[in-house]
Amino acid sequence: MNLPDVVPMSWYLILSAIVFVIGVVGVLVRRNALIIFMSVELMLNAANLAFVTFARYLNSLDGQVFVFFVMTVAAAEVAIGLAIIVNVFRLKETVYVDEINLLKG
Amino acid sequence: MIPILFVGFAALLVGCSLMVILHRNPVTSALWLVLGFVSLAGLYLLLQAEFLAMVQIIVYAGAIMVLFLFVIMYLNLKRDREEGIGHLMRRTIGWGIGAVLLVEAVLLLRHKWVPGPLAEPGEGVWGNTIAIGRLLYSRYLFPFEITSILLLVAMVGAVLIGRGGVGVKSERPGE
Amino acid sequence: MSQLAALWNHPDFQFVFWALVKIVIIMHAMLGAVSYAIYAERKIAGHMQARTGPNRVGPWGLFQPLADVGKLFLKEEFTPDGANKVIFHIAPALAVIPALVTFSVIPFGPTDPFQITNINVGLLLFLAMSSIAVYAITLGGWSSNNKYALLGGLRSSAQMISYELSMGISTIPILLMSGTMSLVDIVHAQAHGPLPFVPGWYVFTVPGFIAFSIFMITALAETNRAPFDLPEAESELVAGFHTEYSSMKWALFFLGEYAAVFAISSVAIVLFLGGWHGPFLPPNLQFLWFLAKLSALVFFFIWVRWTFPRFRYDQLMHLGWKVLLPISVLNLVATAIWVYVRNNR
Repeated sequence: MNLPDVVPMSWYLILSAIVFVIGVVGVLVRRNALIIFMSVELMLNAANLAFVTFARYLNSLDGQVFVFFVMTVAAAEVAIGLAIIVNVFRLKETVYVDEINLLKG
Repeated sequence: MIPILFVGFAALLVGCSLMVILHRNPVTSALWLVLGFVSLAGLYLLLQAEFLAMVQIIVYAGAIMVLFLFVIMYLNLKRDREEGIGHLMRRTIGWGIGAVLLVEAVLLLRHKWVPGPLAEPGEGVWGNTIAIGRLLYSRYLFPFEITSILLLVAMVGAVLIGRGGVGVKSERPGE
Repeated sequence: MSQLAALWNHPDFQFVFWALVKIVIIMHAMLGAVSYAIYAERKIAGHMQARTGPNRVGPWGLFQPLADVGKLFLKEEFTPDGANKVIFHIAPALAVIPALVTFSVIPFGPTDPFQITNINVGLLLFLAMSSIAVYAITLGGWSSNNKYALLGGLRSSAQMISYELSMGISTIPILLMSGTMSLVDIVHAQAHGPLPFVPGWYVFTVPGFIAFSIFMITALAETNRAPFDLPEAESELVAGFHTEYSSMKWALFFLGEYAAVFAISSVAIVLFLGGWHGPFLPPNLQFLWFLAKLSALVFFFIWVRWTFPRFRYDQLMHLGWKVLLPISVLNLVATAIWVYVRNNR
């Protein structure tokens, strides 16, 4: 069933862009590694929204299948990323990324 | 009706994303992110992707964020201290880049898109899950199987990394 | 005036209005049923332990829930020092909401007045709500600023996410056998069985019976009921995650637990026990069969609590990951093969 397109496609894409930019700012501004990770998840979800928008407006389900894969990969990435953060915390007692600077010259 | 719902969910999503990056307490940021994921699921429902909406809640809001909360509680993180080397400069540059990206994106995306129908319209009201399933098991079978191997590798890797590697005693409660 | 009439006749408005009416009715009915489930538990526990249970307040103690509610309203509410105030107050509400949302997709009867809505991913909505239910206890335990509460909360969330897997996988054979995720259509698919006097419920098929057993065991773990109630173990962890909660917030946690019992029992009835199907009743009264089966399952939950001893935490994890998960996956593979052979014979 195809609903009439009452919401133009560009609205969804601009929303996706806004969320993506918020994620980028989060990665750049925050120190806490976990918040940075959460901002990366925001970026992934913004991309997912763009995929689903195109899938709907182009009448092709490939976008939704891709979102399926993105979600799976994001889950795997979160698991490993958090394991790494926990390990780094055990070593350095901190989660702030600018204090993990052992290799700094 | 639909534009109202769209504006509501979109405002909720943007608000929650802003709260995620602005709040000082990691647990509160994580909870705002959960709310953001749920509003994103609402947006997927508006885009007629109901299977993806439910999977979004099950996987992202229900599993990934629980994992985040576990780690935050395990590491016992309190309020963030925003200080350190040149943090004001870092923040200005960060927000500046964000503003530039946003202006660029809006300029590019605000044109009227005219998407021609790429394929035949979908199978009808009840078709979303069945249609995705058909695609997944025919055209995208290889990525599907590779993804399952990827999950296995991630599981094994996370257990190994979390254990601390060879020769490092991991902190397990005395048993 | 004519604008109001036009609004009233608009199909969207009609749908939303009647959905709201049904939601109000079902929500109030469920909350009432939950308070009396607490009374039923105390009575049944009493009789299983060769004593009577509450019998002072009203005939046979039937007004006991009213007395309980009265006491809980009048008890002092305090927030522990150093607790995160916002999350401390939200966590009990999060315990009740997922269970009540599950009722929106459950068909109580064959026709439209008995179903709030019929979405084509109803089964996934139930799984999504059981995923959200993990947050209530985790956040409740953490926000209390108390070691015992935190331990109880983390244990409970680990337990719930472990058993959620087996619960989800054990519902997939039903999906295979009925071909749809809509709970309304799953009930319709169980209308007729192959043999004359055996109903077509999925519990009477071999994979359905295995799936039903796994589902009930994982349902016990998901709702933190004994023998899986280590998180609220009164004897081991002070009082687990609700140590610091008093009066109405504690009541909300327990309301949430019993509401989850009702919700999961309803889903089990729809998936395995044929929903509202039953002989001898006209279609408008079929929901009485549903309520009868619901009472039987809730009695089963209560019965199990007062019969079995509690699992230790590592035994619990062993059961969830090393026993139930392989069995449910094997059941799924076997059902897939069986359905394929049956359809392509």
